[in-house]
Amino acid sequence: MRGAHVASMDQATRGKASNTGLPAPADAAQLEAILAAHADSEGALLPVLHAVQETFGYVPAAAVAPIAEALNLSKAEVTGVVSFYHDFRDAPAGRHVLKLCRAEACQAMGGRGLAERALRRLGIGWGGTTANGALTVEAVYCLGLCAIAPAALLDGEPVARLDGPALDVLCARAEAP
Amino acid sequence: MSRLFLPRDAAALALGAEAVGEAIAREASARGLSVEIVRTGTRGACWLEPLLEAETPAGRIGYGGVSPGDVPGLFEAGLLVGGAHPKRVGRPGDLPWFAGQTRLTFARCGIVDPLSIEDYRAHGGCEGLARAVAMGPEAVLEEIVKSGLRGRGGAGFPAGIKWRTAARADADRKYIVCNADEGDSGTFADRMLMEGDPFLLIEGMAIAGYAVGARQGYVYIRSEYPHAIRTVRAAIERARGAGLLGADIAGSGFGFDIAVRVGAGAYICGEETALLDSLEGKRGVVRAKPPLPAIEGLFGRPTVINNVLTLAAAPWILAHGGAAYAALGAGRSLGTLAVQLAGNVARGGLVEVPFGLSLRALIEEWGGGTASGRPVRAVQVGGPLGAYFPESLLGTPLDYEAFAAAGGMLGHGGVVVFDDSVDMAAQARFAFEFCAAESCGKCTPCRIGAVRGMEAMDRIAAGTEVARNRALIDDLCELMADASLCAMGGLTPNPVASALRHFPEDFRSAAQAAE
Repeated sequence: MRGAHVASMDQATRGKASNTGLPAPADAAQLEAILAAHADSEGALLPVLHAVQETFGYVPAAAVAPIAEALNLSKAEVTGVVSFYHDFRDAPAGRHVLKLCRAEACQAMGGRGLAERALRRLGIGWGGTTANGALTVEAVYCLGLCAIAPAALLDGEPVARLDGPALDVLCARAEAP
Repeated sequence: MSRLFLPRDAAALALGAEAVGEAIAREASARGLSVEIVRTGTRGACWLEPLLEAETPAGRIGYGGVSPGDVPGLFEAGLLVGGAHPKRVGRPGDLPWFAGQTRLTFARCGIVDPLSIEDYRAHGGCEGLARAVAMGPEAVLEEIVKSGLRGRGGAGFPAGIKWRTAARADADRKYIVCNADEGDSGTFADRMLMEGDPFLLIEGMAIAGYAVGARQGYVYIRSEYPHAIRTVRAAIERARGAGLLGADIAGSGFGFDIAVRVGAGAYICGEETALLDSLEGKRGVVRAKPPLPAIEGLFGRPTVINNVLTLAAAPWILAHGGAAYAALGAGRSLGTLAVQLAGNVARGGLVEVPFGLSLRALIEEWGGGTASGRPVRAVQVGGPLGAYFPESLLGTPLDYEAFAAAGGMLGHGGVVVFDDSVDMAAQARFAFEFCAAESCGKCTPCRIGAVRGMEAMDRIAAGTEVARNRALIDDLCELMADASLCAMGGLTPNPVASALRHFPEDFRSAAQAAE
């Protein structure tokens, strides 16, 4: 049964290069491998979605049916979980992702103004991606770097004690095509 | 071979520790010196990071705030033997900032290699579990009850009662769940412990599993903590190899294992029942209580769900006895509290002290005032749902009951300091905005109330029907506090109402100010 649904994902994406740069059948095989790897774990939906996003850069709509089938859930349940959590994307992000902290400890060190200025300069809003597809800026509520605020994560690497010039440098480096 | 110690805690990395490590390796090799760099967690003095330490006959000598550019000069000054240098701080433990602390839970953090089980054992690790399996499950429960340990996640519920309830429940299987979804702004103790001393958490969970008869544990870590996730996963692997986890823990014949699960950016999953739903693969929606998780928790089975620091306190309690733990603290808040000093503060970091210290002592003596040098105006304690205290309430002692009496809450021990440039109307609006963004949506007071509150705040800021909108906010706060299903909606009125009560001058609109 699972195979049939994975095949339908092939059909949904057939004829166009996937965002991973791989042809669609390879995507389906990757998805199947993820589902097989989690077949024995209880409450596996979040680990599966994390693995899918790590592999494809987002959770493709075409992946919902095969995931639902494998975990014995309805498509609505899977879609409901994808949409509930801020982390899961339904479209690919830019090549770099900057997660800027918006929470109180960073606010106390001028984080609010810093973020507004950076977004204005990049010409995007929260969650937006620069026109050249290089940089996505996402809001995050606390990175646990509250004693050295304001803080951010750039592609998973922490940076702290940010000020205007430091953030400009980060953005410029990430924005480069 | 000379030994240096350099943290790889996320806070140290954020301040350039990796580049410092590379510079040391380069410089040592250029000088033909044989140097081993041990990567540790952080001791918690974030203001001193990256804190480089050299092993010398006089103990470990620290150099604070080291940048890659300092490295050649440090070698020139005799870094490897603790030579004099402007960045030399002496033995870190002798600094008043550390000497005034009582480190129980964080005793090893920043000192040991977090992934060395030998290091862990050499510094007193595994003693609690060994004593636990020698005394039997019932006696372990007794020790935890006797210690007076209360849940460190925020609610402060007695851990021993929770454990005993799960132990007495009859079921085919039980679970230990560690709540490591440390979402409160201003808190990082869980992250620091997981990155700096993960075996302590593993040992604590194993003790809990043994005491209540649970064979499976989960650590639910927020995705915002990628370094903690990697460290805990690696530590679990090594703990299995060392017999701390697996089919026969510590020679007891009892089997217990742990898996890491990663959150997905939902603050509400720090609420215990929403976390359980998330672990089950669902939307993180709050459950009504009862049933209590200790009776009907994960997958409907009896579940002990505790914060990282609650579970991490168990090994010390078992090793030294519940009475020794209860001898610390004040009133009904016993043991130590890991305070996280954050925001606009000169010397921020983790301060572990017995309950009872005043907020002012903490901010002035440890924090050294604000980072900006301007006066302290507001302090938010207990995360985004905690109250804002004005200067006049800084005498409040760090104690669950004393904070409640002052209209606030201790929560997970996060203390965020603001200077006099803060706009408290913006902070109050943010509290509603945050609640609106993070509400799970199950109950109406929280889901709708937060949105209406945000709108009313905007109208006040614009000078539209100010008195009417103030009344509406009071009404919403009362409704949310009384009728929300969980603490998310129930406590959002804390920051809002405290800002209104203590800082009314910030809520006069531009229009009023012109009058």
